[in-house]
Order: sequence, then structure tokens, then C-alpha cells
Amino acid sequence: MTTTSTQPAIEAQVAPFPTGTTTLPLAKAITLAMRQALAEDPKVLVMGEDVGRLGGVFRVTDGLQAEFGEDRVVDTPLAESGIVGTAIGLAMRGYRSVLEIQFDGFIFPAFDQITTQLAKMRYRTSGRVSLPIVIRVPYGGGIGAVEHHSESPEALFAHTAGLRVVSPSNPADAYRMLREAIASPDPVLFLEPKGRYWDKGPVEVAPLALPAAGAPTAYDAIGHETLDRAVVVRPGTDLTLVAYGPSVHVALAAAAAAAEEGRSLEVVDLRTISPIDFPTVVESARRTGRCVVVHEAPVFHGAGAEVAARVTEECFFSLEAPVLRVGGFHTPYPVAKIEHDYLPGLDRVLDAVDRSLAF
Amino acid sequence: MTDDATDSTGPTGDAVPMVQLLTPTGERTTDPRWEPYRERAAHLDHGHVRDLWRDMVLVRAFDDEATSLQRQGQLGLWAQCLGQEAAQVGSGRALAPQDYVFPSYREHGVAHTRGVDLAQILRLFRGVDHGGWDGEAHRFHNYTLVIGSHTLHATGYAMGVQRDGVVGTGDPTVDTAVVAYFGDGATAQGDVNEALVFAAVNQAPLVLFCQNNQFAISEPNERQFRVPVARRGEGFGVPGVRVDGNDVLASYAVTQEALERARSGGGPSLVEAFTFRMGAHTTSDDPTRYRTRELEQQWRERDPIARIEAMLRREGGWDDAWAAQVVEEAADLGARVRETVRSMPAPAPASMFDHVYATPHAAVEDDRAFFAEYESGFADGGAR
Repeated sequence: MTTTSTQPAIEAQVAPFPTGTTTLPLAKAITLAMRQALAEDPKVLVMGEDVGRLGGVFRVTDGLQAEFGEDRVVDTPLAESGIVGTAIGLAMRGYRSVLEIQFDGFIFPAFDQITTQLAKMRYRTSGRVSLPIVIRVPYGGGIGAVEHHSESPEALFAHTAGLRVVSPSNPADAYRMLREAIASPDPVLFLEPKGRYWDKGPVEVAPLALPAAGAPTAYDAIGHETLDRAVVVRPGTDLTLVAYGPSVHVALAAAAAAAEEGRSLEVVDLRTISPIDFPTVVESARRTGRCVVVHEAPVFHGAGAEVAARVTEECFFSLEAPVLRVGGFHTPYPVAKIEHDYLPGLDRVLDAVDRSLAF
Repeated sequence: MTDDATDSTGPTGDAVPMVQLLTPTGERTTDPRWEPYRERAAHLDHGHVRDLWRDMVLVRAFDDEATSLQRQGQLGLWAQCLGQEAAQVGSGRALAPQDYVFPSYREHGVAHTRGVDLAQILRLFRGVDHGGWDGEAHRFHNYTLVIGSHTLHATGYAMGVQRDGVVGTGDPTVDTAVVAYFGDGATAQGDVNEALVFAAVNQAPLVLFCQNNQFAISEPNERQFRVPVARRGEGFGVPGVRVDGNDVLASYAVTQEALERARSGGGPSLVEAFTFRMGAHTTSDDPTRYRTRELEQQWRERDPIARIEAMLRREGGWDDAWAAQVVEEAADLGARVRETVRSMPAPAPASMFDHVYATPHAAVEDDRAFFAEYESGFADGGAR
């Protein structure tokens, strides 16, 4: 509520909202979803470190403060627990915050607020208090970053009841999933594959849902079409590759390479890690008889273990091979010069595919 | 600690002025520094003061009853507020209906001032509910057991109040303040310090009310800080004051000042109510391992309820017949609490799956379905 007089004035350059289908990088699809939400509901806030004047270190919030002001697009103090904790209080007063945690490795100062407070408040109050808060986190590796800037902490949050954990793999899903996440009455951890921020793709832009004066925003109308729903992004018959976020790109590349050798791989993009759309995964695995799960996070106690266990449980008599997992090792994220030996790249995925098919 | 002086000493030996309007023996203080607070409490006539005495007596009776219920196995745990009634009732009675409170877990006296049915507090401690009351209706949030984390929620709520334009309008029925209650141990938590940062930067309408009861379970103040709590705010740009937390009039006046600052747009304040937990931390605690009998005796002599009685007797405002009625009322409250708690049923086991999410989550629904099927296997009266 204070103006920062030490900073130069900036002028809003407000472009009209795009309509129909437009081509956007993944990062800008996210920007568009936030911009629409800010325009649709005066209770929506965007908060985080450097999200205002600077537009975020990845420029994902670029232009939002100029358009919506300092009280709605808030440069917060550099304190992650404070960001999440104050958003909880704001939600209790009716505000709907979209938070940015600057990097995956910086989320842990907020771990208590997220897992103990945010996740459990609805339960602790017998459903009286809803906390519709989205926490956006650029995550994952492959960008040559220094330590703590390339991590994949999703399993730590997916293990906590009360949170929804999602990760888009492409611009269209990033846009649609963020709109649905903001509309969700539950807290959502929205993990953005930072290595794919500048991948371009078609985005189908929803018309701005501006309610009549005084009416509440029609969040129900935004629906629940992409959240909680896995999708087959490449059909195949020989083996099911399950991936999400940045690993979908790798899985698709592996399927394309395998096709050259006459192998037909199906790729399932989970999109949501909590909950997991098991019916879609199980239907695919039953059909192909083989399943390999790919994610950047360490395999040990990772989301892939949950998929493997469930597929084994439900597809036991259909499986031709054990479910295999490809992912990070049980080490801290390594230095940038060897990160591609740590990450599940094309070759390691194809190696697992070979092992499964040879079984 | 000094017995009757208005200044008290922090762990490092720094003298901190301590607002006091009544001495432990019920005499009005005359220190000219506290004249502004004296004025704030001036409208409290003997009738009002008797009401405060009644509040404290009822809260203590409830607290005693809860302790007994725990001893009888009716509660899993109890956290007494014994000795802290003046800090809680004094500050609670300074609140306006629209103000919002974020308590820690020992604020039974504040709960009473917010109209919470005290028996319902015991739902949490009996293990039948994580809360027990409608926070929005009483403008009194759930108890928070993870120390200090709710101070950030209070700060955020205050930032929302600001955005709603209900600060600094000049209308006393509209302007709204938020209060976070916490203890001396909480001041060591990062969240409390982040709350000070966020509240200061945003000039949020917040009162950070610290009841310094001198022990964080077993650890005395000198294990938590080197600078007295009342001065903690200085570096954050948050004004602070220490008040005698066993003086209900001073607690009222100091809180009222901080609330008015918040409601008028003057930003956050930090209040340190210097008091003493006369009981144990909880019913699982053994204070004889970390406190001397001498110290406990010193503080028994500063009992906040006795102080008010002494003042009323001294000034001719005491009424034996009325006091006997209140004591009877307190006994009735204890009986009603006892009856209510004993008849609080355990929730249905399947209710554990409710309210995890607002919209269905497949993992919860799978578990719910499994549990229902598992339970149905015992429907014919088989042993479970």
C-alpha cells in the first residue's frame, strides 16, 4: 500500500487480450492466464519476489503490475514462508493469491506453511475455511544453473494430503491448467518446467469471463477439464511411457526415435501428480502390457514409484514386463557440467524401453 | 522482576518501562508516564471492573475444570492459562466486534471475550475435532499449535483488511484491526520475525500481542532472546510496549492504544504483556524441574484476580453478595463443561475423509471407498 518513490515511474502498455487460438511460448501462456484472472476478479492477487517492477526473474509476470497496480501485483519481502503465510491470511479475508516462488530450491523456507498450514486448514476447520491459493514454481533442470535452481521437489508435496500438485508440459496446457488452478477452491502447487518456458505452441484463449457488476466471478464456469486428468499425447501399442512436465518432451522424443526402429510407444502426460489419473494410465498399460515412468526427480520414493505400484496392482495379469522407472539419482542435484548425465534424457529412456521390451 | 515498581528487568539486565495502573496490592499507580493509559481506562468504573473480575473468575473456573477433566482421562491434554487471565481478558475486552483474532493455544480468556462457548474449546483437547468453533462467526480463528505460524496468517488477514478499505475511515464500527497472540518462545520463530517484516512494510493494521509468561515450556527468557520482547519491534519499525500482564486495566489500556493505531491506519504494534504461567505448560509438563518454588510464590502474590478484588475492596467497589453469585456462576459453568465434555462423542471413523479437499481427490476417494468396504465386512457383528 506504499509507493516506492526510489524507483522510476513505469507506464502501462496494455495490449488487448488475444482471442481464438494464438501461438505463445509456455511462459507467456502462464502470463496470459494470470492477466485474465486479474482482469476477471478484483480479489485475485499476484505476489512474490520481484514479480512486480521486474516482471519476475523469468519475466513470467511481466507487465502485470503496470496494468493492475502495486496492491494487486505485489513485490513481497524476500521471505518465502512470509509469502505463503500472508497469502493464507489474505485468503481468509477473501483474496485469491497466485504466488511465485522464485526457484524450486527456494520453496523450503515455506515448507511448513505449505504442508502444515495451507494443506490442512480446510481439514482443521471442518471445511469452514477454503484456501484457493496457487503457488507457481519454476522447477526442473537442464538450464545450466547454479545449485538449488534445478530441483524437482514434487513428491514431497504430493505426499501431503490437502494439496493438489500439477505440472504442464506445453503452452496450451500451461494456460488452461493455470486458469483451472486459480479457479480451484483447493490449494494448488503449480510446477512450471522452466527449461521449456520458451517452447512455443498454440493456445486456445478462453473469452474473458467478466461477471456483471457486483456479481462474483463464475469460477464454476471455468471447469475442471485439464486438472486431475492425464492425456495420451502420442498413441502407441508396444509400451506406455508415463511422464509429466519437462519429461514429456523427452518421452515424445523417445517415442519418435523408437518409431524409426519400428516400435510403437504410447506417451501419457499425467499433467497432475496429486491426484494421479490412474484410470487413463491403467487403461494404456493394460493395452500395451509394458510401462516405463519418466521424471527428473530422484526415482527413489518418487512419483514413479506410486505409478509403478498402482500399475502393477491393477494390470498384473496384463503386464509383459515389470514397470521400470527412469529419473534422477539419489544424489543432490549435481553441478551443471554433468547435469545431463543425471537427468533422464533420450538415451536413458530408450535404454529402459529396450530393457522392458527384452523382458 | 520487581514487586511493585513499574519497571521490570529483561534477561540482559536492561530496564524496560512497564505500564502498570494497579499495583499487586490493588493500589492505583501514580507514575506520570502512564497518564495516557490511565486516561484510556478512566471510563472503566467499578461496575466495569467487576465485570472484568467476573470474566477472569469464569475463565479460571473453566481452566480448573479442564485440568480436572484431563486428570480424569476425559481430555488427552490441557494447556492451562492460569495466571494469564488479566492479559487475555484485558486485551480481549479492548477488541471491537469486527476485529479478528488469531490465537495460539492458551488463549481461553480471549476466547471467552469473543463469545466462544468455552466447553467447545475442549473438543480439540478431547480429540473429537481439530477446532471446535466457527472462527468467522466469533472472529476468533482456530488455535494454532505450530508455534508462531499464525502470526503470518494474521498479517495477511490484516493486509486484506487494508485492501478492503476498512482502515482509517474514522468510523469506529467499520475500522478493523487484527490481533495475533503468541508467547515468548514464539519470538524465536522465523515466522514471527517475518510477520514483523511484512506487517511493517505494508503498515498492516495488526497488533502482535506477546504474553511473556517467562518460560517456553522449560526454557527461560534468556534462552530465547537477548533484547526484551517489547524492544524487538524497533529494528522492524514496529513500536513496542511492555505492560504488566497481571494488571487487567493496564492490559486493556495498552491494547486499546495499539488497536486504535492499527484501525486508524497507523500500522502495526508489538505488545509484550509480562506475566507468569502459574500452572504447567500442559498437563504433561512438570514445572518443578525448571522453576523454583520461590518464583512461583512471588507470582502467586501477583495473582491478577486477587489484584482486582483488592482494588475494589480498597475503593469500596466490592460487593460480597454479588461476588458470591459469580462464584456460584463459575461453579455452574464448571459443572456444565464437565457434563458437555463427557457427552462429546467421537466422530464417525469415516469422517476422517471429509474436508481434505473442497473438490474430490482420487486418492482420498479411493481410500474412502476401501474403508467403507473394509468396514462393511464387520456389519454382521463380527469381531473387529
